Amino acid sequence: MKGRLGRAIVLALPWSWMALFFVVPFLIVLTIAFAEPSEGLPPYTPLLRWSEEGGPVIQLNLANFRLFLEDPFYLEAGLRSLRVAAISATLCLLIGYPMALAIARAPERWRATLLMLVILPFWTSFLLRITAWIGILQDQGWLNSALMALGVIREPLRLLYTDFALYIGITYCYLPFMVLPLYATLSKLDPALLEAAEDLGARPWRAFLQVTLPLSMPGVVAGFLLVFIPVVGEFVIPELLGGPGAQLIGRVLWTEFFQNRDWPLASALAVVLLMILVAPIALFQARAAREGR
Amino acid sequence: MRRASRLAVPLGLGFAFLYLPILLMVLFSFNDSRLVTSFTGFSTRWYFALWENEALMGAAVLSLRIAAVSATMATLLGVVAGFALARMGRFRGRAAFAGAMAAPLVMPEVITGLSLLLMFVAMEQAFGFPAGRGADTVAIAHATFGAAYVAVVVQARLADFDTSLEEAAMDLGARPWKVFFLITLPLIAPAIAAGWLLAFTLSLDDLVIASFVSGPGASTLPMVIFSAVRLGLTPDLYALATLLVAVVAIGIGIAAWVAFPRRPG
Repeated sequence: MKGRLGRAIVLALPWSWMALFFVVPFLIVLTIAFAEPSEGLPPYTPLLRWSEEGGPVIQLNLANFRLFLEDPFYLEAGLRSLRVAAISATLCLLIGYPMALAIARAPERWRATLLMLVILPFWTSFLLRITAWIGILQDQGWLNSALMALGVIREPLRLLYTDFALYIGITYCYLPFMVLPLYATLSKLDPALLEAAEDLGARPWRAFLQVTLPLSMPGVVAGFLLVFIPVVGEFVIPELLGGPGAQLIGRVLWTEFFQNRDWPLASALAVVLLMILVAPIALFQARAAREGR
Repeated sequence: MRRASRLAVPLGLGFAFLYLPILLMVLFSFNDSRLVTSFTGFSTRWYFALWENEALMGAAVLSLRIAAVSATMATLLGVVAGFALARMGRFRGRAAFAGAMAAPLVMPEVITGLSLLLMFVAMEQAFGFPAGRGADTVAIAHATFGAAYVAVVVQARLADFDTSLEEAAMDLGARPWKVFFLITLPLIAPAIAAGWLLAFTLSLDDLVIASFVSGPGASTLPMVIFSAVRLGLTPDLYALATLLVAVVAIGIGIAAWVAFPRRPG
């Protein structure tokens, strides 16, 4: 019995913290999504009120969700977010897979260093690294200056505030999240399998496509989800590098909240964003739980 | 190593992609010109400009304080949670617990930030605490997602070594608490340190969640940088980035030296 009590105490602390600061907040977002904006502080109407007859009245306002279906602006922001996240995750995969494979096949004494080099930028300020890309891509930026000095172009190219800049920024920031899970699976592959394939006459490409790639799928899926899920709600990179057309759902939510002070609509957008992401997050967690065992 | 050398090309290009922007920032932080594009001569004036930028320096101090407090809270919670996940077998609600601990890792920041802010507002209405928002609410928010990262690191470390040492201590009559403090805790100390550093860095780096849950007068470093960048690039930001890179590089160097002091090969 004593062991039971000890276990309960050990579990109670993180459980109650996560419940209080992670689970309950979502429920609050869900309720406020059905409120109406108002002038007061906090700027929304209460859902539960006491009517003049004395009974409680629950007033649900569905206008925020109807807006998402009826106003093409919000629907397009949602769809665009999904597209940008899918393309970014694919770009990260295309760049990150060869890197992870190279590190996994490097001599063992180098692997820790190479892996550290992938993680290192992640430890320096994310905002300042985005800032570096502004310096590279702006009209008078480093890239345009270099291209003009080389005589490749006469006029500066419009690079900053375009989808090109958006994808570069996202790929740059999220690349480590792709390389790490890929490396984790690739480094566990038994080299004997590849040798067997080559002994049986498979060319390197064929051995890769039929042995390495299928066996590394858990890493591919994990890396894809680790990039895809946060990018759907990304705010900073579209705001600083993307054009005015890059209205992704995270950026729209931010604008509704900070500029329009429409807390209920921002909450409704958060609910919609979460509903979009429930399936990928559940998939990610199920895989994480399986790995953890 | 024919195969390895063919892969060296994409690896090198990948590293160039990752490091070229950082190198350019370091280079241009020593540029004499106010323009951030053409290099006119060596100068350290932007480092002095940075030192005299009171908004930025004040925000840096505030951010460091928040990061230290929140990383410590996150480590306490994360170590307990990671231990529970790795060592307590199948307890009731384990799946939900694991889910609640892992969700902050991938949750888009705008959702975490908005939901925590609404939570703080609701708490203030109901209990009068926290009164207003500022550094305290930012620290609580950062501790919440930092704890998730610490839990992952600690759990991975605990999964790495077997339970035989802990079992031996129990066989010799040590109580569970004693086993935890004398055996488990020293074994996972490197993971705890790594988790603390991770939580510290994430807190120092966070813009979105802090913007939601902070209040007037409590602008963290990323918030100040963000509004400065929106107004236009200045070389003192590059000086700041260079200093950060230097601190990280030195920190990693020390960590590597401490972690692998006499490693052969």
